[in-house]
Amino acid sequence: MDVKQLSVFIENTPGSLVSLTRLLGDKGIDLISLSVADTASFGILRGIVEEPEKALDIVIEAGFTARLDTVIPIQVPDEPGSLSKVLELLGSNNIVIEYLYSFMRNGGGEAYIILRTKQMEEALKLFSEKGVHVLSAKEVYSL
Amino acid sequence: MSYWQHDIECISRDALKELQLEKLRKTVSKVYESVPFYREILKSRGLVPQDIRSLDDISLLPFTEKDDLRDNYPFGFFAVGQESIIRIHASSGTTGKPTVSGYTARDISRWADLMARNLSCAGISRFSVVHVAYGYGLFTGGLGVHYGVEKLGASVIPASGGNTARQVQLMRDFHATALCCTPSYALNLADHMSQNGYAADDFKLKVGIFGAEPWADGMRKHIEESLNIKALDIYGLTEIMGPGVAMECPEQNGLHIWEDAFYPEIVDENGNPLPDGEEGELVITTIDKEGMPLLRYRTHDITSLVSEPCACGRTHRKIKRVKMRTDDMLVIRGVNVYPSQVEFVLAQIEGIRPQFRLVVDRVDNLDTLLVEVELDNKLIGDTVKDLERLQGEAKRKLSEGLLLRCDVKLMPTGSLTRGEVKAKRIMDLRDKRN
Repeated sequence: MDVKQLSVFIENTPGSLVSLTRLLGDKGIDLISLSVADTASFGILRGIVEEPEKALDIVIEAGFTARLDTVIPIQVPDEPGSLSKVLELLGSNNIVIEYLYSFMRNGGGEAYIILRTKQMEEALKLFSEKGVHVLSAKEVYSL
Repeated sequence: MSYWQHDIECISRDALKELQLEKLRKTVSKVYESVPFYREILKSRGLVPQDIRSLDDISLLPFTEKDDLRDNYPFGFFAVGQESIIRIHASSGTTGKPTVSGYTARDISRWADLMARNLSCAGISRFSVVHVAYGYGLFTGGLGVHYGVEKLGASVIPASGGNTARQVQLMRDFHATALCCTPSYALNLADHMSQNGYAADDFKLKVGIFGAEPWADGMRKHIEESLNIKALDIYGLTEIMGPGVAMECPEQNGLHIWEDAFYPEIVDENGNPLPDGEEGELVITTIDKEGMPLLRYRTHDITSLVSEPCACGRTHRKIKRVKMRTDDMLVIRGVNVYPSQVEFVLAQIEGIRPQFRLVVDRVDNLDTLLVEVELDNKLIGDTVKDLERLQGEAKRKLSEGLLLRCDVKLMPTGSLTRGEVKAKRIMDLRDKRN
């Protein structure tokens, strides 16, 4: 099952992020990962939640501007240079990364990265061939 | 006091009325014969041109609205064939379609004469050097003034808009004695002069003719003091001709509307004529135009007619300076902007809703327009790049559609309308800046 990420447009003004996080909290939606991209005037909050469709309905119902996108969560060893290996692999196969962020470490030897590219199939195929561990939705939600 | 066409500018009221009736009848006959829009309305009212027997009979004629021009875009109101049209101007319309005006050779020549009257009225003569910083192009401002200056025989500097530093330098080096531009640009020039070490006696400026934007006496005082000139107001609109329909004389208490070319009326909100002195909407019938004569055109400008004799000797009535409109048209940097145009443009862009707010401000004496637009519930993309592309597209399409540079701010869905019974679409901060 694909892992879906919720993206929400937020105005770059005081209080606009809190109104979104409060809404999610009130509705019992847990943010497993969170990242914010911003410019001088607006931002995009990106988060992984357990029930993305339900979360999308909730935020849109509340008047937010939002969407869902499939992303690739990968697990790499938590040691220097391991992310570089993945990036080099993608680069040498001409796969363009839109953005990525690391979202949690379990305190053990693994790090987790959310990665977004417009070449999903190619990236997944490449990871499978080269033994990069792509997490399933179930694995992500249990983190 | 100097005049360009003394006999007609100072004609007796009776003789003027006689002339107006003759020209009005001729105009009605012409449009009945050549413009289907008018012929059909007159027929439906059981009227023929011969029913116009006195000037008061003008109230039998239909009004013309800007929407009528749009519905007959582009050339439906032309009363002559294309072979007789020598120039076409256009200004922004209420939606995506511009408002078009076509001129015959005689129209252009008559316009230049009216403009020469205006320039003479401001004390400009063939010994003057006239710096024209109205935009040259589809906008009537630049070329309209230009042809008048040439007809008068003064030297014209066709500077057009932009490059303020160069304009100031040329005004000094070429010894400009008169300046024609929008009032806000005049202040912009004045600021540049004072900030760049120019002294008042570097310039030979005596008078300025400013229009295409509403401006009040506070701004006049500011311009007159900072440029050390007399600042006069000029009125016009593309549909009727362009700049020069009415011109303020040095008495500075109203603008003479050239009644041998335009028949003015003031009407109330129901279209009923109001007597001189009462405030209402200005309605103009062109009685001396060949290319695109218009009957009772609703200008949506609020003013009143002044019939008391003027000390300058001109007998044509005056209109009070226009400060308000009956519709929601904004004038930004001399360009007419209707909220409906913005809506029209936004409706064609995927990812945003035609919900918006126009924030008009004045920065360094230049008008600025920020269009705040609401995003669709469905976010168009999840990267900053996607949203910046959308913002860029909206900015480009709006700037093209409005013929005016503007900025765009993306707003969350519902943020502009939430909690409002009727969305406030305009926030004009300019009044607070002067």
